[in-house]
Amino acid sequence: MPSLLEVIDLHTEFRTGAGLVRAVDGISYTVDPGETVAIVGESGSGKSVSALSVLRLIPDPPGRITQGEIRFAGRDLMQLSDAEMREIRGGDIGMVFQEPMTSLNPVLTIGRQITETLEQHRGMDRAAAHKRAVELLGLVGIADAERRLKQYPHQLSGGMRQRVMIAIALACDPKLIIADEPTTALDVTIQAQILELMKDLTRRLNVALIIITHNLGVVARYANRVNVMYAGRLVESGPAADVYHNPRHPYTIALLRSVPRLDRPRQERLDPVAGQPPDLTRLDAGCAFRPRCRFAVEACSAARPPLEPAGVPGHLAACFRSRDVRETGAAA
Amino acid sequence: MSAIGRPLLEVKGLRMHFPITEGLVARKLVGEVKAVDGIDFTVRRGETLGLVGESGCGKTTTGRCILRLERPTGGEILYDGVDIARMERKELLALRRRIQVIFQDPYSSLNPRMKVGDIIGEPIKVHGIEPDATRRTARVRELLSVCGLDQRFADRYPHEMSGGQRQRVGIARALALNPEFIVCDEAVSALDVSIQAQVVNLLEDLREQFGLTYLFIAHDLSVVRHLCQRVAVMYLGRIVELADVDELFGNPLHPYTQALLAAVPVPDPSVEMHRSFRPVHGEVPSPINPPSGCVFHPRCPVAVEGCRHERPELREVRPGHFAACSEVR
Repeated sequence: MPSLLEVIDLHTEFRTGAGLVRAVDGISYTVDPGETVAIVGESGSGKSVSALSVLRLIPDPPGRITQGEIRFAGRDLMQLSDAEMREIRGGDIGMVFQEPMTSLNPVLTIGRQITETLEQHRGMDRAAAHKRAVELLGLVGIADAERRLKQYPHQLSGGMRQRVMIAIALACDPKLIIADEPTTALDVTIQAQILELMKDLTRRLNVALIIITHNLGVVARYANRVNVMYAGRLVESGPAADVYHNPRHPYTIALLRSVPRLDRPRQERLDPVAGQPPDLTRLDAGCAFRPRCRFAVEACSAARPPLEPAGVPGHLAACFRSRDVRETGAAA
Repeated sequence: MSAIGRPLLEVKGLRMHFPITEGLVARKLVGEVKAVDGIDFTVRRGETLGLVGESGCGKTTTGRCILRLERPTGGEILYDGVDIARMERKELLALRRRIQVIFQDPYSSLNPRMKVGDIIGEPIKVHGIEPDATRRTARVRELLSVCGLDQRFADRYPHEMSGGQRQRVGIARALALNPEFIVCDEAVSALDVSIQAQVVNLLEDLREQFGLTYLFIAHDLSVVRHLCQRVAVMYLGRIVELADVDELFGNPLHPYTQALLAAVPVPDPSVEMHRSFRPVHGEVPSPINPPSGCVFHPRCPVAVEGCRHERPELREVRPGHFAACSEVR
């Protein structure tokens, strides 16, 4: 089965006052139809930029996609005109962002924002679009749809707004939804509702999902596959269960060890990742994680380790010592 | 642990109702936000009490009342035996030496135009503790090093530092006056996972080293479980459950606490796969017009008819384990 999305050697740069930032520095990954893929990383790892790049939503200047291919359903998105790209966004690829208050238009009713999408992308008339909008609100669990459609975003709660965002993302029967920290701004019980809803709908409608998050628990509960990013690169990639139980990159190991877990006995002490996050304007030729890595050797400062097979098929790690970190990793 | 003893802080029937007014000239009272609606708890000397709950539950307002950044509309706050709920400005100045705060956002709680050394030194100056500039500089250096920061940071500005380093500056500033009690309001929530554990460890070290008492306000339950000895769960301005940490997490009694714990995903796909999980339905109602009876009843999976009318009091269900639910036996 061919992949739905294939990102090949993607590079995105930003010119900043402090220098050139390679926010995304050569990443490649695929997403199969109906699959949920998580991109996990910390602030500045490039996880959001990598997703915005797929949609070609990088503000230029200061940003620019300098290299790479983005193959979606057989077309290279990098070759499309702006008009064609607008067709894709909100059409075949839906989007859900972190802050529903800033991504919804405050002066349009909920109803208008949903019907607008349908009229633009699917050429529906008002009546048909309205009917579909009622249906969509039902799908995302909003009761009393007729009344809600007349309301403005500020009249809804945060969780409700995110449900509306999901309804808009689903409006045109997309093949893929890109969700950037969709529940980070929400409370934990509402986060659980929204994630369950997204999981249920993407399975039922066979929509692939890229979920960008910093929450390792969310990844564990919802993703089939996981891509771990650090300093603009993929450092580890593979089936979620395998990456969690058999991590092969020292950063993944350190990250998993540093979070306290509710399902384990209380620890005496947490085991943090040493050091500070990297300054992206000052990266050298070596592995960016090297200064914080307890496995680092001489070779790590000479070159960046490529992403190579490690462990089960489909599991990749970018570490010269991924073979050595395996034993220790199992204890994590 | 043995140092944990008599209460340093006793909160009794604390209420903070904010007025809602209408009209520009003649302000008319049209309602109240019952941010904190009658809560009781104690914090023992040397202990860390966790205060958890979702946005709008009143946990931050509770912290602000204890810091006396708000003047409570009802109840008592006994700090070391003295009621501080109604203290006036002058008396509060002395109190501020003993009670300090660490805020969530190290980006907005540090003055961007001040050097780090001045930020940390300012409280020492304001309170006239160390008028001598040289000795003040030495104290700032000492505080930096206690918080794991290089002394060179004294001459830098906050924007030159990472989020984790900035939060260490916020902690150093809180320690500057040798306080005994620190309110940590979401002190590690804004930090990245890899940095969060560093700061949690620092807070633990400082507690040991200086015999500090913390009120740890947070929404991240796994961090609370790690750091606290006892935990209070708040919902819509009230405490619904309070117990020792292992008891609360091992044997949660209130349906809201149970829902909260079930909602937290565990970072392990095979554990998650075998966990049956149904999220609690509905959203937190408005504190302007809270539901009658038990405030959780519209969302509660075990609610019975009585819950609509009768407001359950927080009662000791087992020794040291309090819950406000009529269905808990």
